[in-house]
Amino acid sequence: MIRLENVSKTYGSGAHAIQALKHVDLHVPKGSIHGVIGLSGAGKSTLIRCVNLLERPTTGSVQVDGEELTRLSGPSLNQARHQIGMIFQHFNLLASRSVYDNIALPLELVGMSKDAIQERVLPLLDLTGLADKADKFPAELSGGQKQRVAIARALSSRPKVLLCDEATSALDPQTTGSILELLKDINQQLGLTILLITHEMEVVKTICHRVGLISDGELVEEADVGDFFTAPRTQLGREFLNDFLELEPPGALVERLEAEPSANSHPVVRLAFSGDAVATPLVSRLARECGVDVSILQAKVESIQGRTLGLMIAELIGNSHDTRAALKYLEAHDLKVEVLGHVQRDA
Amino acid sequence: MSNAMLELILEATLETLYMVGIAGLIAAAAGIPLGVLLYVTRPGQILANPLTQKVLAIVTNVGRSIPFIILMVAIIPFTRLIAGSSIGTNAAIVPLTIAAIPFVARLVEGALNEVPPGLVEAAQSMGATPYQIITKVLLPEAKGGIINGMTITVVTLISYSAMAGAVGGGGLGDLGIRYGYNRFDPVVMLITVAILVVMVQGFQSLGDHLVRKADHK
Repeated sequence: MIRLENVSKTYGSGAHAIQALKHVDLHVPKGSIHGVIGLSGAGKSTLIRCVNLLERPTTGSVQVDGEELTRLSGPSLNQARHQIGMIFQHFNLLASRSVYDNIALPLELVGMSKDAIQERVLPLLDLTGLADKADKFPAELSGGQKQRVAIARALSSRPKVLLCDEATSALDPQTTGSILELLKDINQQLGLTILLITHEMEVVKTICHRVGLISDGELVEEADVGDFFTAPRTQLGREFLNDFLELEPPGALVERLEAEPSANSHPVVRLAFSGDAVATPLVSRLARECGVDVSILQAKVESIQGRTLGLMIAELIGNSHDTRAALKYLEAHDLKVEVLGHVQRDA
Repeated sequence: MSNAMLELILEATLETLYMVGIAGLIAAAAGIPLGVLLYVTRPGQILANPLTQKVLAIVTNVGRSIPFIILMVAIIPFTRLIAGSSIGTNAAIVPLTIAAIPFVARLVEGALNEVPPGLVEAAQSMGATPYQIITKVLLPEAKGGIINGMTITVVTLISYSAMAGAVGGGGLGDLGIRYGYNRFDPVVMLITVAILVVMVQGFQSLGDHLVRKADHK
């Protein structure tokens, strides 16, 4: 549905040229939700603006629903843009228009009659849960309600594609959740293709099917969301994942951690497991097969697009020979094991 | 105070309102589009055009830098051409309008500059044409600011119209100079000033009221 081929975007020229996008290829199939995640300044915004040509790519081609947008300009480009809805981080609602009139705007632009507009707007007010807010003005709404209006507005022209530019970044976590639910519903009910950019792994985890990782203008990694969260292929991907799953040992323990093992110490490890390993009763097996007791300090399990991902911080309590064997045993079972340090055994 | 005097005062008040009203209307009709052009031809704007922008900006700045009293005298031949005379209320409208157009244009440009750029971007993403962006986004969103600018313009025009009075333009300024100043009549002078104060207050309150109605912020 959306296809970017070899898209590059350069701002300025000569010595001051800044290459915001470098040879980006991206394909978003019909009906899917595709996320692009990256740090600030990585080129996310430029990327999503290239899809509806708010930014014209310097080179490369952009196709939406089989139509090559990069060949269009003026009226034919405006026509094509009616097929592409967009929502923004700061909502971009017209303060001078009521909720109803904001949603009606895209339809007014194509000269639709008042009756036809009403037929479109009323169901959208219901869909987005704004039926009682039709006559309110944006200043009277909360952030989440504003984004709902923006979503209804983006949907009013019945687009084939919805672009979301950091759509939940200005919202609190709870509101973010409800907006993401709404986007998911829309994707399922209307079969709408969604491309979103974000810096939040939570957003990717909650609604995306596939995710691309953008860094310094390049799409460095692309994967199904389940794969990305269990086994990111790039260093940046791992950093995003670690930040997201952030699991640190308790402060009191950190103070006692020593880098090197000593006679009376035992290791503290961070374990990451996914796929089959989740279902294996590893803790009890370690006790049985290696003679090592496991004291769990922290643990977290995430379910992502049907895949399970677990993280655990644990002390392995046993003699040094047995704990070494235990570490080998864990590695042999496809767990990612990181030894954080060693603590002295309590007297 | 004689009836004749009261009639003079009433007549002068109406003349002032007439001059300010007509000059304000024409200035709005010409200055608002000029302000829009100044804004949309800026670099990065929807009709970015550096040459047009530069020319318009220079013309506007020249218009704004000439003191009104000098402008009035300088354009007398033009005034004669338009109004048929260089003296009288109708003649005064010509320099008042010329002075107000660039004034309005800059205030409108400033009001448009307050519209968040994201709104224009949103409209572009919907496939709006530049004309639609101006009429459906920029002007409605800047309405409060534009009304505010027009209020400032009207108040300025009231003050300018008093200057026009000094060179035979009629109106309250003329009355104040002839009776209050030349004939040392403090009562007429006070009444003239009082009427001007009430007029300015009235327009300011009306403007503020309209801005509140226009803004849903």
